[in-house]
Amino acid sequence: MECRLQRGPCVGEEIWVDSRTVYIGHKDPPPGAEANIPQRYPDNRIVSSKYTFWNFIPKNLFEQFRRIANFYFLVIFLVQLIIDTPTSPVTSGLPLFFVITVTAIKQGYEDWLRHKADCSINECPVDVVQQGKVVRTQSHKLRVGDIVVVREDETFPCDLILLSSSRHDGTCYVTTASLDGESSHKTYYAVQDTMAFRTEQEVDSLHATIECEQPQPDLYKFVGRINIYKDKEEPLARPLGAENLLLRGATLKNTQHIYGTVAVYTGMETKMALNYQSKSQKRSAVEKSMNAFLIVYLCILISKAVINTVLKYAWQWSPDRDEPWYNHRTENERQRHMVIRAFTDFLAFMVLFNYIIPVSMYVTVEMQKFLGSYFITWDEEMFDEELGEGAQVNTSDLNEELGQVEYVFTDKTGTLTENNMEFIECCVDGNVYIPHAICNGQILSAASSIDMIDSSPGGYRRVSIVQCMIVCLGIHQGRPTSFYISSSPDEVALVEGMKRLGYTYLRLKDNYMEILNKDDEIERFELLHVLNFDSVRRRMSVIVKSSSGEYLLFCKGADSSIFPRIVSGKVEQVKARVEQNAIEGLRTLCVAYRRLSESEYQEACHHLNEAKLALQDREQRLAQAYDIIERDFVLLGATAVEDRLQEKAADTIESLHKAGMKVWVLTGDKMETAAATCYASKLFRRSTQILELTKKRTEEQSLHDVLFELNRTVLRQRSISGLSVDCLDFGLIIDGATLSAVLKANQERAGSGNYREIFLEICRNCSAVLCCRMAPLQKAQIVKLIKASKEHPITLAIGDGANDVSMILEAHVGIGIMGKEGRQAARNSDYAIPKFKHLKKMLLVHGHYYYIRIAELVQYFFYKNVCFIFPQFLYQFFCGFSQQPLYDTAYLTLYNISFTSLPILLYSLVEQHITMETLKRDPSLYRDIAKNSLLRWPVFLYWTCLGVFDAVIFFFGAYFLFDNTTFTSNGQMFGNWTFGTLVFTVLVFTVTLKLALDTHHWTWINHFVIWGSLLFYVIFSLLWGGIIWPFLNYQRMYYVFMQMLSSGPAWLSIILLITVSLLPDVIKKVLCRTMCPTATERAQVTYCHQLHSETKALNCLVSRLGVRCLSLSCKSIPLVNHPGRPLGSLIALSNSMI
Amino acid sequence: MMASSYNAKEEDGHNSGASNNGGAGVVKSKKPDNTAFKQQRLPAWQPILTAGTVLPAFFVIGLIFIPIGIGLFVSSNNIKEFEIDYTGVDINNPCYNCAKNFSWNSTTPCVCSVPFTLEQPFESNVFMYYGLSNFYQNHRRYVKSRDDSQLNGDQSALKNPSKECEPYRTSEGQPIAPCGAIANSLFNDTLELYHIDSNGTRNTIPLVKKGIAWWTDKHVKFRNPGGNNNLTVAFQGTSKPVNWRKPVYELDPSDPENNGFINEDFIVWMRTAALPTFRKLYRIIQKKSSTTPTLPSGKYLLEITYNYPVLSFDGRKRMILSTISWMGGKNPFLGIAYITVGSICFFLGVVLLIIHHKYDTRNNSPDIPN
Repeated sequence: MECRLQRGPCVGEEIWVDSRTVYIGHKDPPPGAEANIPQRYPDNRIVSSKYTFWNFIPKNLFEQFRRIANFYFLVIFLVQLIIDTPTSPVTSGLPLFFVITVTAIKQGYEDWLRHKADCSINECPVDVVQQGKVVRTQSHKLRVGDIVVVREDETFPCDLILLSSSRHDGTCYVTTASLDGESSHKTYYAVQDTMAFRTEQEVDSLHATIECEQPQPDLYKFVGRINIYKDKEEPLARPLGAENLLLRGATLKNTQHIYGTVAVYTGMETKMALNYQSKSQKRSAVEKSMNAFLIVYLCILISKAVINTVLKYAWQWSPDRDEPWYNHRTENERQRHMVIRAFTDFLAFMVLFNYIIPVSMYVTVEMQKFLGSYFITWDEEMFDEELGEGAQVNTSDLNEELGQVEYVFTDKTGTLTENNMEFIECCVDGNVYIPHAICNGQILSAASSIDMIDSSPGGYRRVSIVQCMIVCLGIHQGRPTSFYISSSPDEVALVEGMKRLGYTYLRLKDNYMEILNKDDEIERFELLHVLNFDSVRRRMSVIVKSSSGEYLLFCKGADSSIFPRIVSGKVEQVKARVEQNAIEGLRTLCVAYRRLSESEYQEACHHLNEAKLALQDREQRLAQAYDIIERDFVLLGATAVEDRLQEKAADTIESLHKAGMKVWVLTGDKMETAAATCYASKLFRRSTQILELTKKRTEEQSLHDVLFELNRTVLRQRSISGLSVDCLDFGLIIDGATLSAVLKANQERAGSGNYREIFLEICRNCSAVLCCRMAPLQKAQIVKLIKASKEHPITLAIGDGANDVSMILEAHVGIGIMGKEGRQAARNSDYAIPKFKHLKKMLLVHGHYYYIRIAELVQYFFYKNVCFIFPQFLYQFFCGFSQQPLYDTAYLTLYNISFTSLPILLYSLVEQHITMETLKRDPSLYRDIAKNSLLRWPVFLYWTCLGVFDAVIFFFGAYFLFDNTTFTSNGQMFGNWTFGTLVFTVLVFTVTLKLALDTHHWTWINHFVIWGSLLFYVIFSLLWGGIIWPFLNYQRMYYVFMQMLSSGPAWLSIILLITVSLLPDVIKKVLCRTMCPTATERAQVTYCHQLHSETKALNCLVSRLGVRCLSLSCKSIPLVNHPGRPLGSLIALSNSMI
Repeated sequence: MMASSYNAKEEDGHNSGASNNGGAGVVKSKKPDNTAFKQQRLPAWQPILTAGTVLPAFFVIGLIFIPIGIGLFVSSNNIKEFEIDYTGVDINNPCYNCAKNFSWNSTTPCVCSVPFTLEQPFESNVFMYYGLSNFYQNHRRYVKSRDDSQLNGDQSALKNPSKECEPYRTSEGQPIAPCGAIANSLFNDTLELYHIDSNGTRNTIPLVKKGIAWWTDKHVKFRNPGGNNNLTVAFQGTSKPVNWRKPVYELDPSDPENNGFINEDFIVWMRTAALPTFRKLYRIIQKKSSTTPTLPSGKYLLEITYNYPVLSFDGRKRMILSTISWMGGKNPFLGIAYITVGSICFFLGVVLLIIHHKYDTRNNSPDIPN
């Protein structure tokens, strides 16, 4: 175990550039050890804030104008400032200023909060050992190499190496709840040689250096080495791993204090700080189509400007049009070159029409997403009492993507299942043992050989103990309670199961495991080495020394990883048992052991230490070492643990299927277990025809043949069943090995045998796919494969464990389950939910709502700006292409900011075109919005055409009204500003009422906002025209609005034009609904009918019962709003009464 | 955005693993509120636009719009309007010579008389308009070429007009009052109307020049600098617009309430028209007695002092006489539009009724079981 290292060429000694040397207690290493190059490290100040007081304005502005939209508006604004443009710079400057200010305030506030948090963290007191004394200092004064004392429930101020602990075994318990959300206790170990230090003086006397890698963000990886110098001796080198490194942000638990820990990474170099870099941004499909629409509008904008510029110069060809006697140019303008004038005119037209791409759209979309995401966190139905947590939104950018999901990739364990293990049985050499507690259930019948505990002969005792031991590996007892704490629920289940079989695990003390056996004797094993579990090897081992002095290697793991390494034991019987268990959906583990001789043990120890000390490729070396050690096992037996399906998992999967989503289960489990779970969760039904694409099959036939055969089957079935594809569905089972073969074959022979395409073709025709035996990376590969297929479907990945993170990050939408295996999945996800069943509401209700809301928002924004700008375009034909704006500056500025902004924002927050109950009851409604259906080009074209139509109506309506006549009763005439105001009034009303027509869910908020903003427009106009504004250099709007309202025909034409503008949309709506209603529209109607019939039935019942109960009146609002439940139950109640 | 979570989260590490009931308080606080708003269960009215609900609306719109349209159309048709073009393009036009020989410098005004006949008598008040065609009062350079503070009587703006007035801002070193292209191009033809009775004598028809501008314009928006008296002094140090024949304080010397910036002809002109063909109110002929029409049918003579050139930009000048109803001047558009829209709605109502009937019986499931 001990391994003295020579300075110089020795094991684990590489020249690595990216390393740092930390001098503990800032003591110089003994002379001659190594050239002492002092390295500079940052202090322990945490700076999470982006800005300082001084650089806030320039830096924030720079950040904001890096966004293309803001930059565009800035350019427009600058153009307005520089050249003589039709609208004053205020019109675009003010909205831009508003947007920039609001964003800056928000970011400034967030930054201020960060400053405050930083400050409180940086100034929190820390105890440091200096000259043998504990000195209290502030956190930010810590330096690399300081020795820190941390007490119970204190948070570590920086990344520390544990030197000694108040616990005698040199361990300490830590929760990383605030770091990765895992609240379970984790054990960290002190460096062996310093473990015994108890006082400050002892710690201070330590003379050592730590060499370690440069800071890395990976929380679970650390490679380092401590060199301890003792008087005149060769330095003692010890490996340091992640188990020695206490991370900043974690909290010390169950340990009084830890002495002498030494800071290795400080300040911004701590792993926590490195981890708070933002993840790569995902963009939703809606955002993509929005950008496409924007480009279309940009083209429209440019072409409008070009057309007008060309027409202007054509029209101005004759000089008396260009400069009639009443309207001369200034001398300056005349001297300007023709080309410059044309270019200026082009820019001026751009400025005039630039509102077609509104600043406010970005703001509104962002606000909608940000505020809208609160409804997810607020949702009571997605709150889990047991966990005490509701849904979390980590990014609000993808809300609407939840309504677009086509493929759901789900993990099995912990996602579909509870991950709440219950020990079912253990099988030793073919004999089955079932613990008492569970015996009296249905499980009993499943066990074929009921030869039970009584018959257990003494010879097997050791075997059981062994199992206990193995179970113990990951178990660390916390406070002396009856609860076991472990990082894996599997292990807890096993230990508890073992307890029922009569073997109690007591504790792990000073590397000795104590086990209370059936005869109340304590057996002790010395724990020598732990060969940790990893998902590639799929097994773990321990090396222990029994009380009799034997060296034993125990190994537990998946059957597939154990069986090939077995040399003796009752393999056949155990294998059969394992397979049977797997079919029943139980999780099985195989257990094997190997007796090690002294020399074998030394060799193994050597391999391990060599690998552990390596600073580079440590993982790989360890894996190699493990591979060498873990072989020639003797099979002991197998255990089976049941993992129950999560509540309503089957119902959820069924709903997802009905909603047209394809559900894929990706699991590392073996095929039989996974398939059983799939049947239980109704992913596969009895009618499902299962296609297998597994290693077993490809061994018989070539991969090529299997693929083609399956493809033929699928295609044939489809052609037979014809239109009704749904009636016969296929399920595909594929395993990891075959999958990599499929993917690899493609790489090797590019093009020729395109397995990938065939595979995708098969998958497309299967309603459910089960991928078993998957490595974490393969999960991500599958997601990527589907994402890249030619339809580019929207994918969703849901999982709970660290092994799902890669697929969660890869998929369009990643959902994490706040599971028992830690919070890594939840942390890396876009949304986190407590249970799998919440996915149903998340997608079918929230996703659906968000999608229709944002789709309407985007379309409506373009529509209302077409309505707004197109009349200005038409007006150019009547004002000599002179860029005369139709509307007053105030109207131009406020149209998007205040007159029409709130109704659509609130609509996009509270609209519910169908009730939640209907959406949940009828998942097929989800198909209505699939494939981004509300933002397709025809729909976009419809909205744009509607906008153009409305604009034409507004403009020519006003034109014919103004045409060479008066429409006041006193004969006085109106001017161009009245013309513009008339158009604008019709515009504001039409656009707002159009939204009112689209609103299906009128809450008081909608009423307030819609009627309120119309009222606001009227009041604003009255006020704006009612006063001579002293700060303005023009008074063009003075009394214009009032004068207009004093004229009867103006009122009549406003009403007429609004009616005409809204008419086509109403007709389209009614006709579409009547002729070819979508499922959504049908659901709305049936909902209505149902309501009516229920009301009738209720009335009928009420009268029959002779109850005159006014509160049951159908007008009462809660009845209208919750049709399903209260009314239904009421009817049921009444029926039962009759 | 997520970077702000250094402040450690709710420390639920105490109860983890050990027991769940210890942290009940923490758990409670995380539970979302069960309010109607947060749960998206606000009471709401959920209207659906079906053929059934829209049908009555269409019929109602049709039934309301058609009568309104008919009313508008009839009242528009009852309005009498007479229009005469006196530009003088045609050689036969009495104003041909004036138009041809126009020059900015001529001192003697050119006068021409256009005779015309009214076939029908004009009852009630008659409004006299002048109309210009192809005159771009809505050109951007033109619209902005004014200084509203100067027109509001601001002393500093009087002496130092806004830059927007260029190139009509200063003349001969002095600021122009009123400055700008609009004021500079003030319509300055004088129109006089004579009734020629049966024995050939010319009777001047009295033309009222008050009440042609908006009341608010005349009394609030437009003001003379330093009150309405002694305008000559007030406008000292300013220059008249280049194309004007007389300075602003001599626009109507007879009436101090109608002189200077508050001259109603000037105010009317300053309200720029929306379209290149426009008319502006010139005078009002008031009804004298209830028995005789304001303008009886017969022969009339329009005498024009021809000052305003429009031929250079191919413009036209017209004089319009019109009576006014509650809905303004003659404009059949609104009436026709109302009738059309009303009929369309009615027609659509019928179509929808048919469709509704046809699809309703087909689509609806017979009954919903109780």
